[in-house]
Amino acid sequence: MPQRSSVLSSNANLTGGRTLLRLATAGSVDDGKSTLVGRLLFDTNSVLADTLDHVEQVSKRRGLDRADLALLTDGLRAEREQGITIDVAYRYFATPARKFILADCPGHVQYTRNTVTGSSTADVIVLLVDARKGVIEQTRRHLAVASLLRVPHVVLVVNKIDLVDYSEDVFTAIATDFALLARSLGVLDTHCIPVSATEGDNVVTRSHRTPWYDGPTVLGYLENVDDTRLAVGSELRFPVQHVVRPQSAARAPWASRAPEVNGDYRGYAGKIESGRVRPGDEIVVLPRGSHTLVEAIDTPDGPLDLAVAGQSVIIRLNSDVDVSRGDVLAATDAPPAPIRDITATVCWLAERDLTNGARVLVQHGTSITKAIVKSIEGVLDLDFESGTVPCWRPTATLTLNDIGRVRLALASPLPIDSYREHRATGAFIIVDDADGWTLGAGLAGSTPLTARTAFTTQSDQHYPAQQGRGPS
Amino acid sequence: MTTDQLRPLTELQALESESIHIIREVAATFSSPIMLFSGGKDSVVMLHLAAKAFWPAPIPFGVLHVDTGHNFPEVLQFRDEAVEFYGAPLKIASVQDYIDDGRLRERPDGTRNPLQTLPLLDAITKGGHDAVFGGGRRDEERARAKERVFSMRDEFGQWDPRNQRPELWSLYNGRHLPGEHVRIFPLSNWTELDVWDYIAAEKISVPTIYYAHERHVTFRDGMWIAITEVTPARPGEVVELHSVRYRTVGDMSCTAAVLSAASTAHDVITEVGLSKITERGATRADDRLSEAAMEDRKREGYF
Repeated sequence: MPQRSSVLSSNANLTGGRTLLRLATAGSVDDGKSTLVGRLLFDTNSVLADTLDHVEQVSKRRGLDRADLALLTDGLRAEREQGITIDVAYRYFATPARKFILADCPGHVQYTRNTVTGSSTADVIVLLVDARKGVIEQTRRHLAVASLLRVPHVVLVVNKIDLVDYSEDVFTAIATDFALLARSLGVLDTHCIPVSATEGDNVVTRSHRTPWYDGPTVLGYLENVDDTRLAVGSELRFPVQHVVRPQSAARAPWASRAPEVNGDYRGYAGKIESGRVRPGDEIVVLPRGSHTLVEAIDTPDGPLDLAVAGQSVIIRLNSDVDVSRGDVLAATDAPPAPIRDITATVCWLAERDLTNGARVLVQHGTSITKAIVKSIEGVLDLDFESGTVPCWRPTATLTLNDIGRVRLALASPLPIDSYREHRATGAFIIVDDADGWTLGAGLAGSTPLTARTAFTTQSDQHYPAQQGRGPS
Repeated sequence: MTTDQLRPLTELQALESESIHIIREVAATFSSPIMLFSGGKDSVVMLHLAAKAFWPAPIPFGVLHVDTGHNFPEVLQFRDEAVEFYGAPLKIASVQDYIDDGRLRERPDGTRNPLQTLPLLDAITKGGHDAVFGGGRRDEERARAKERVFSMRDEFGQWDPRNQRPELWSLYNGRHLPGEHVRIFPLSNWTELDVWDYIAAEKISVPTIYYAHERHVTFRDGMWIAITEVTPARPGEVVELHSVRYRTVGDMSCTAAVLSAASTAHDVITEVGLSKITERGATRADDRLSEAAMEDRKREGYF
């Protein structure tokens, strides 16, 4: 059977070809988000005949004269019955240049929970407004969340531009308002596009009805937005998933490539969360702090001279240091100090409230530790005007969809980065020790939103300058 | 370092690394994982990824096949060869045994796909498995579009789509109560085309029926159904010999063929790329039972 022969020596087909871009949508009810997503799927030929048949039948049953593209994103039975979207859904489309993974985040019910989830992995946020309404409260909230989650790019889709007669003045006013909002929230890379998702203007095809707009279409923007991941250019972070010490050899076809499996092999398997690594690089093992050199980077496809953020590999070290699951291999340049006392922005995602003194688990990288909530220092008031920033209100508890400032004491020190600099290793989740539920999403360190509030200074003092050994 | 070296990963590299990361997390944090393996292309890709995830050590868990008793003989033969090749011990849960001793009854429509749920759940319970890998992809079906990578199942094996844990960054939370288990979907972000691109890039063997071959078929309910012992021709049906292949490989009673001349993975990629029918829509009678057929089966504990 399996004819494999020499293929493993070459990963050539894996390294050629298109790249991957992750995006998340956000918008309030009736901004036409489902229609926009449906239009992207439809106009990139990602909708196939039987699905479209189904949509046409349902549209006809509902008395519509053409296919309602919003139906393409229909999900669960309850959603169809109630005509609403409950939960984040993932959609896939591709062009010759790129494959797109789209986290479709519902706008109304639990918008924080959904937008935070979608934003956590997104390279781009596609934010929608209705051209007739412009930037509204919901837009400010969504952008604040995207800013907190450090999504690198934001594109504002000014939808239903057909309903304002393709007016340049309306578009310019919204774009100006949005630029002011983005600047105050510290969102640097933004772009605005006039769109009619229903008519298809500027989604995939350039519209002749907006001659005053000379920027890209939505798809054109997504195909060309810079995807040189910031992560790759940053410092190495490699959470160790497990220690590879084979007691017996792998089967064919990889057995022949196994490096000397004679009981001496010891490597560390994991995914590079940020930065890059080469054999010979000096690294530090956190939280212990031992320094050593990278001996080799192994993969079943052969050893690598260079591995970058996003790659799953095995790293071998040239000295016998003690490394186990949960440790982080980091660049010696500015490694995170292992800390037991962290201040973080916490997005609360559970029905049960968070109160002072709560005992929870903190999952970070590949480690998990017990934690106690020392204090809840405030909750973010997302009702704010463009040009200002949200402010913190004092609170005793966090409830579902709140974004708060929380101080946690950890049972064992974790090398947590500042989320502002390292999205992957500055993030953690809060887990219920009793039933295992995911309660909250934590962003360590100061938030970019509130650079001028009292809380930041306080939290910056707690972070990261403490705990004996650390970077100097 | 040149800019060329700093270019982002390709789609397939990124997907492969993500899946390997997921598979390793499960092995490191659960006490008794098992991988569902039907011999279908998605499960072969998943097993291949598992082998790569643990290299240079062997795969540290076994695989489970829920055998409907109506599987294509080519697929069963492939299944046995593949588990030997990749080195994963095979367990079989047999729907036929359940029918023989009365724990399950044949359905009037003859399909055995929905009957797999009980033997599957029994095998999970008896084996004490707390993590069960499945090859499901989010692009397959609308109920799957909302499935988490780590998806909780209660004591009854049920999925509650309205009560799922948020899943953020690549921090997968597999904590669960005794009696519950977690379904793991390492291929969540792969599409049908990604799977074929990967099969071609890695030269992975799949059952021969995925490639064009001659077969006696009849056109029934808008689908090409193979004439077999399990699915004989009905009175009045015209049986024709055609070059066909299968896009999905399930139970013979509910999996239909498509007319095709694609004899290699590259041919299939061309064909899939041009196809105007979704994978399940073309070939799976079990999803046609109702608008929410997949959602209903998943809620009850199906794959």
